Amino acid sequence: MTGRNRPRLGASHYPKRINKTHSPVLVYGTPILTILLGSLLPTFFVASAIPFMPPFGFLTLIAWRIIRPGMLPVWAGFPLGLFDDLVSGQPFGSAIMLWSMAMIAMDVLDMRLPWRSFVQDWMVTLLALAIYLISGLILSGAPITLPGLAALLPQFILSAMLFPLIARIVARLDRLRLMRIISV
Amino acid sequence: MAPPSSRRSSSSRRAQYGVFTGYVVASVGALIGAALLLLSLVRADSFSGLRSLTADVVEPVGQGTAAARVETQSIFERISGFWNAGKKNAALKQEVELARIKLAEGRAVARENARLKALVDLRDTEDDPVAVTRLVGSSSVSSRRFGYIGAGRVDGVEIGMPVRSARGVIGRILETGARTSRVLLLTDSQSVLPVRLAATDRDVVALAEGRGDGLLRIRLINLGINPLRKGDVMVTSGSGGYYRPGIAVAVIVEINDEGGLARMISDPMATNYVAVEEIWHPEAVEAAQSPPDEPFTDSEGEDAAEGEAQTDQPVQPEEQQ
Repeated sequence: MTGRNRPRLGASHYPKRINKTHSPVLVYGTPILTILLGSLLPTFFVASAIPFMPPFGFLTLIAWRIIRPGMLPVWAGFPLGLFDDLVSGQPFGSAIMLWSMAMIAMDVLDMRLPWRSFVQDWMVTLLALAIYLISGLILSGAPITLPGLAALLPQFILSAMLFPLIARIVARLDRLRLMRIISV
Repeated sequence: MAPPSSRRSSSSRRAQYGVFTGYVVASVGALIGAALLLLSLVRADSFSGLRSLTADVVEPVGQGTAAARVETQSIFERISGFWNAGKKNAALKQEVELARIKLAEGRAVARENARLKALVDLRDTEDDPVAVTRLVGSSSVSSRRFGYIGAGRVDGVEIGMPVRSARGVIGRILETGARTSRVLLLTDSQSVLPVRLAATDRDVVALAEGRGDGLLRIRLINLGINPLRKGDVMVTSGSGGYYRPGIAVAVIVEINDEGGLARMISDPMATNYVAVEEIWHPEAVEAAQSPPDEPFTDSEGEDAAEGEAQTDQPVQPEEQQ
């Protein structure tokens, strides 16, 4: 009985968290930084034919919103969308408007739907994503044609498939965000 | 489980006001976004300073990813090259022999061309490119097709200059930052480029417009029996004044009533280095952009050129008639 089951002192990670608190830089910085990086990431890929990269910035924002409701203020769509507009190639103001509206819409949905499940969150995200992509096409200044609409399909499917992964990554980052590292 | 939302935080008046203020600020934010959007749709060049500043800041990362992108592609090419290398070698040898013969013929034609041009006193401007740089990124989320290159005002890049790779036309400079520029790619739905058929047996003039899904719509200017065939190569015609004539643009992949659909020859996705060239005939560009009912002078032309930077609008077919 004394061999394996005896708790080894110092080996557990619990003692490290005792008497420690969260780092404000991580708590507030992680979501903002990941969303900004998400906006920036797709610009490094060259897509000459169709827009195929998922809107990582928008997806990360939605993922944070779903995993930690109320952590980002409702108006967070404004400053974060502003940065997205600077790098995305869309006309300036389109992400400011769409992200702000998405944040408000997610809050309203939270109020209406009392249930929680990941599949439900995923479906809500897909709905938001579909509206976001189509509005993006309409607001981009490009004429709306059937080929142009069809060109959105691969992007939509890729984004839909990637969202669970993004949500998992954000959940991991949330643990990183709430690490207790500052001693009190 | 009820959502742990901040909405139902407490019955405290102060907390409720906080939530309410959040909604007000968010709605105001959305409205400001809508206003900015309207402004930037009406005047496409507004906020270009902010945008190019951001592009300048992230450009070094783009240089790195551009190198990585091309390296990855060449690895795949090398692997596929090992496959039936012998057969390919023989085919290539034959092709080189033929190409040498064609080259000799081409030189003779070029000599004759130069002689004839000298006869009619035409100035041939085969200038060096303004800048040779990397394609550092693109708008891969948006429905518009923009590219970013790693050269800007400091390198002498100006709005309207054509951008090409070794294979053919990539697009045209739309916005310049200090060290980066935004390029309107040929596949963008706002891009229009006057082209003609490369083959000399038929004389076809057309406009190549981006379709928004990677293909170019080739619209014939003279409608009638469609002279295009699958596999025809379209080159720049030089009208409009931006591009020098004879640069490869696209290959026809499908024939339809108004002309055909074509695929870009120089796909930016497979491009590492691009060259920014001088505008071929700046006078022609200015003339095309000054109002038709006013006499053309240099100063007016420059004003018009600054205002109209959005579309690659050479000579409209209506205006030609």
